[in-house]
Amino acid sequence: MAQEIAELVSSSLWMIVGIALIFALYLGISAICYLVWGLFTRGREKAQGYTSLKTVTFGDESAVVANRIASIAAVIAIFLIWGVATGSKLTPNLLPGPVSGPVSFEYTATNAAGETGAGRIDLLVHEFGETPETPAPAAEDGDFAMNQSVTVAQRRKVLVKTQADEGFAFTEINGKPVSPGETVSFDDGNVFVTTRGSLSIEPDVGMTMEALYLPPPEAVWSRFIDLNKNGYQGVGLWENVFWSLIRVVIGFALGCLFGIPLGFAMGLNGWLRGWFDPIVEFMRPVPPLALIPLIIIWFGIGEQGKISLLFLAALWIMTIAARAGVSGVNISKVHAAYSLGATKKQILSKVILPNSLPEIFTGARVAMGVCWGTVVAAELVAAEKGAGKMIIAASKFQLTDIVIIGIIIIGVIGYGIDMIMRGAENKLVPWKGRG
Amino acid sequence: MSGLTINDVSMTFELPNGGSVEALKNIKLNIKEGELLSVLGPSGCGKTTLLNILAGFLAPTGGEIDLNGHKVVGPHPERGMVFQQGALFEWMNVEENIGFGPSMKGTPKAEIAGKVEELLGIVGLQDFGKKMIYELSGGMQQRVALARCLCNDPDVILMDEPLGALDALTREKMQSLVLDIWKKTGKTIILITHSVEEALLLGERLLVMAPRPGRVHKEYRLPFAEIGVGADLREVKQHKDFGPTRDEILNMIWDMEEEIMGRTETA
Repeated sequence: MAQEIAELVSSSLWMIVGIALIFALYLGISAICYLVWGLFTRGREKAQGYTSLKTVTFGDESAVVANRIASIAAVIAIFLIWGVATGSKLTPNLLPGPVSGPVSFEYTATNAAGETGAGRIDLLVHEFGETPETPAPAAEDGDFAMNQSVTVAQRRKVLVKTQADEGFAFTEINGKPVSPGETVSFDDGNVFVTTRGSLSIEPDVGMTMEALYLPPPEAVWSRFIDLNKNGYQGVGLWENVFWSLIRVVIGFALGCLFGIPLGFAMGLNGWLRGWFDPIVEFMRPVPPLALIPLIIIWFGIGEQGKISLLFLAALWIMTIAARAGVSGVNISKVHAAYSLGATKKQILSKVILPNSLPEIFTGARVAMGVCWGTVVAAELVAAEKGAGKMIIAASKFQLTDIVIIGIIIIGVIGYGIDMIMRGAENKLVPWKGRG
Repeated sequence: MSGLTINDVSMTFELPNGGSVEALKNIKLNIKEGELLSVLGPSGCGKTTLLNILAGFLAPTGGEIDLNGHKVVGPHPERGMVFQQGALFEWMNVEENIGFGPSMKGTPKAEIAGKVEELLGIVGLQDFGKKMIYELSGGMQQRVALARCLCNDPDVILMDEPLGALDALTREKMQSLVLDIWKKTGKTIILITHSVEEALLLGERLLVMAPRPGRVHKEYRLPFAEIGVGADLREVKQHKDFGPTRDEILNMIWDMEEEIMGRTETA
């Protein structure tokens, strides 16, 4: 236990260091961009209108306007970092990539008879996943030390066994003396002599990332084109996205359909508020993801289960939003409406409902976000189709590019949903925050 | 029997700690039809409670209110209310706000439109009918509130510090408007305010209330409202009786406030 906690602490501390380094790098790039931008716009880029007359801008939030140039530069910077880190062909090769193509080194060895011989080992370094033919070794020079030719994938090692019987030992690699248990470098990599006298050869891995961890942008793009055309595992890319979206829409709609009247009932009637309070207050802090196991036990992995889950995710949020909307009605408005002769039904439809729309919209935005996150997570656990299903299936085959495409699409759609909700809010409740 | 009768009304609030507060004690008052009554008093004297009882939002713990011969039991369009602020419906435009009362009753649209048009003229918002509430200034919003109340044609108009949140200039214009409307429509108007000048200008009858228990301390009959109709209110304030009356009432309220503060300190 104590050791586990110690490990936890130490890995947390290492994470702090790592995150700080990443931030420092990104901020450094930001600073450089800022300086470049400053050079280009010197004297021309000034605050306009009223803000330009403010003498106090530091601390005045309204005077801080997001610099759109910075936003664009930030996104470009991320793509550049991505490209450079993965050795993309689209970006300058600032980082050395792994060794590729034919490389070779000479060795010297001794045999049991005490003779010394020289040989040559040719390596063909190929991309991971390819299986090129092994080229013929160089012509023999006649001594006991044989020339050899092997193939090896980038970022992998290859073992070259001792050639002859006992007594054969490598003594030099490219002229550098070596004995078992030691590592020496040659021009394009390292050679480790095992205790049993074999050579473990590792061509230089370079500093770029392997596609398994992060494929370069162009690989992701070409996979995207391919997914558009052929889909993945028989399901089209947009078909997957469509299924995720349709679940969210149905679950959210059900949540609204029941949650909003429930919230109104709780806001308008003491008995119903008391009746539903314990359930709502209990269910509200339970993350929907924690319900997945139970939902699977109850409904299996079909659509019904997922839609039930999304319904539950949206229900409590919408209930609480509608309830808050009712309690947020200024009592003067209700009094005024009664004094003007409105009936209870009219008060509900003409005063309470419109007055709670801003709260309901805020709740709807939150609920949509939660539903979208929940559907992806639910699909990760069990689904036939869907964005989450696509990325979890792809991850099992180490198709990182599909995983990344999925994540980008999920992010873009989540953002799009929020944009649509915000647009609808501005259109439908223009009085929000201006009462 | 026409007019508004406040018949021995008392209001006692139970406190959570077991005690009770007498917000109003044995208020007796007759308000004739068409009378302009202003009610003044230090905070805590129960003037808002009285107005809420008159509007029917609160039931008194003792006594009753009678309007034109029947007992007041709840809110009713016969008693219109103008609130301090925030009582307009932001999701409707100015016209819809003003026509709210008649449209609840199912009055034909054309009829409402005619009424609204006329009222927009009366309150001076001719070109603002299609505007949304949040596009109007505070003074304009109170004009809408006034028009909304008038559109329902109530017998009594209750005003709860309707001009309290307005700046001095707008307030003066609105005071003239209230006087005009009073004269034009002949409605009974009961106005609550904490501004002594406003109470003097907008009350042919003025009640000064005192706290603990809330009661009528003194009653005045004043000429200023009558003089002020259609006149410059600043000239009304130059009237020889205006200053002395104002000072007298101010001193009265000042003494009450001091008494409250003194009691709070010893408590």
